[in-house]
Amino acid sequence: MGNKLGSLFKSTKLWISLFSIILGLFAGAIIMLLFGYNPIEGYIALWNGVFENRYFGGETIALITPYIFSGLAVGFAYRSGLLNIGVEGQLFVGWLASVWVGTSFELPAIIHLPLAIIVAAIAGGLWGIIPGYLKARFHVHEVIVTIMMNYIALYVTNSLIRNVLSERAERTDHIANSASLKLDWLTEFMSFSNIHMGILLAVFAALFYWYTMERTTLGFEMRSVGINRDASQYAGMSVKRNIILSMTISGALAGLGGAMQGIGMYGYMTIHSGFTNIGFDGIAIALLGGSTAIGIVLAAGLFGFLKVGALNMQAGAGVPPELVEIVTALIILFVAAGYMIVLFREKLLKLFKRTKIDDQNENKNVKKEGN
Amino acid sequence: MKSKKLFILLALMLSFSLFLAACGTSDDENEQDNEDTNEQDSGDTNGQDDENADASDTDFTVAMVTDVGGVDDKSFNQSAWEGLVAFGEEHGLTEGEGYTYAQSDQDSDYEPNLQRLTMNDYDLVFGIGFLLTEAIQNVAERNPDTMYGLVDEVAEGDNIVSLTFKEHEGSFLVGVAAALKSESGKVGFVGGVDSPLINKFEVGFVAGVKSVDPSIDVDVRYAESFDDASRGRQIASSMYDSGIDVIYHAAGGAGNGVFNEAKDRKNSNPDNYVWVIGVDRDQYDEGAVTVDGEEHNVTLTSMVKRVDIAVQDISNRALAGDFPAGETMEYGLSDNGILVADTNADAYTDDIRAAVEEWEQKILDGDIDVPFTHDQLETFLEGLE
Repeated sequence: MGNKLGSLFKSTKLWISLFSIILGLFAGAIIMLLFGYNPIEGYIALWNGVFENRYFGGETIALITPYIFSGLAVGFAYRSGLLNIGVEGQLFVGWLASVWVGTSFELPAIIHLPLAIIVAAIAGGLWGIIPGYLKARFHVHEVIVTIMMNYIALYVTNSLIRNVLSERAERTDHIANSASLKLDWLTEFMSFSNIHMGILLAVFAALFYWYTMERTTLGFEMRSVGINRDASQYAGMSVKRNIILSMTISGALAGLGGAMQGIGMYGYMTIHSGFTNIGFDGIAIALLGGSTAIGIVLAAGLFGFLKVGALNMQAGAGVPPELVEIVTALIILFVAAGYMIVLFREKLLKLFKRTKIDDQNENKNVKKEGN
Repeated sequence: MKSKKLFILLALMLSFSLFLAACGTSDDENEQDNEDTNEQDSGDTNGQDDENADASDTDFTVAMVTDVGGVDDKSFNQSAWEGLVAFGEEHGLTEGEGYTYAQSDQDSDYEPNLQRLTMNDYDLVFGIGFLLTEAIQNVAERNPDTMYGLVDEVAEGDNIVSLTFKEHEGSFLVGVAAALKSESGKVGFVGGVDSPLINKFEVGFVAGVKSVDPSIDVDVRYAESFDDASRGRQIASSMYDSGIDVIYHAAGGAGNGVFNEAKDRKNSNPDNYVWVIGVDRDQYDEGAVTVDGEEHNVTLTSMVKRVDIAVQDISNRALAGDFPAGETMEYGLSDNGILVADTNADAYTDDIRAAVEEWEQKILDGDIDVPFTHDQLETFLEGLE
């Protein structure tokens, strides 16, 4: 175990990420200085905003949970060469499905809760099959289809909430306790924040993601299709099957993210006047995490930390919300631009080498002259 | 190889020094905070309290949490903030200490924002908008010693006051104005999200228009958004194309698109007969457009909801120890919580003003019961025939 940790730290990738975060913090500090705010105060507020007490720690975890799912959803499709912009919509249908199960049935918790989760995954998966099938069968680009499916999901769920799940109200009823992911003692322990058991599911989903991608034939085929469709076809893999399956699993993961909101965080669903951005942030999270399970979990953690901490930058350090968004965006930008740092590092190394060679040459010259 | 190690060492040192520095200061800050709170708790009058004593006459503090519209939404969030600022100035409070706001970027921000302000020892915390109902109920239940105010919706809780407005009455009156102003006999309504609250605006408006002239067509459409200005503009564009000449919007930020469309039409041809009726605040400034050096304004009038007065009023009552806990305060025409703006004197003619005042009197006298749900509107319209 110790050895593994050691090798993890040796790997330059981690260093690049850490270094980019520091660079991002510096860039944010400069912006704050330029506008006359104290960056140290600002960052202390950012840090305290999450770690000062259990309530905000719990809120952060509650926010990270759907982020992990949306990141995994985007990452899963991305690995097989598909860009799933539709996580947002799949999340909406998953959310609605979980709330529907949560409000309409009376079952013991041991059946009710898993049922709500499974139905949400199925709903998200179905929403993912459509662009997958259209892509595989008719070569319709999945980006266009998924974007449009987002709008369909948004307005269909709004309409269902308005007309089916409630009587023209803004939100559904609260789900039954037997379908809730919240635990009384945990909620109480975290100062009544919205933390719920979903985080365990999210970690489990990340493990599933890693295992499927790295250890199964299915994952191998998907990665292979992602790298070269024609070669995979030639090697005897069914590209169509893989595309549809990949979008379905991606959609199911997104649907689970919706369930985290539906039966975890909120316990109901309101009419949405726009997107939640959880799905769109999932794209950034997946790319930031290099579409690997551990990377996505860490990136989701960073996003959650910045979102919750940033709220305290307004209250704690008086930094206006617009500036807070610029600062957090800068940090993410620098992390995403890790490649820039690799280049920078190589140049620096070259510079070192050259001076060394120059030194050696000079030494040689000195020696020659001496002779 | 050596230089690589050097690089890593350098980076390591840099990151650690930064980390340590941050930790160090954070501890100091916390201690200071603790001392401050201790001082305030024990009523000690040195240090920070002295500074405050120069200007303010009270240590009462008040804060608000916006909905996703943001504090500069030119609508009710902004109006509420103006109320808090007025309250702060009235009592010599400083922004950031005596009164403050927290902006929410997404639905999940409401509860943490409310909780944070509560933990920062604000005595009274407002939630602006019906979207915060659930969040404010949860937070209020956990913090029985803090006072809460919710705007636009009724919340249940012993330490919450709910501030609602009779938007249907104001909408009725601007409906009267729209009916009198329209030349084409067609007017439009652009709502934000189809919900009971916005339905109040719609129903009141339709009732007002039909009361003047039942033959006038009212085109009702919803943007399904409170912040998508382009959708608002799209709807406005197709409405004006179909011959509608007055549009009443109750769509927050999406309504800005209605203004943009109307101003654009005025800009391309100053003779275009297009009008917008604003909402929540007096949106006269939003309608200003200059064509060839000549000033025009497309804002006919606005259905003004004095969220600022309500917020200020409740703050003052809380300060005086007269907080109406658990009650629902309904502001309407009679207490100036709702009024019809007459800032655009050119467009809002005396005839219109006289008619609006006449109908206002009828409402105040109880001669008309302005409907606010679709069912009530049906009965109301049947009564007109």
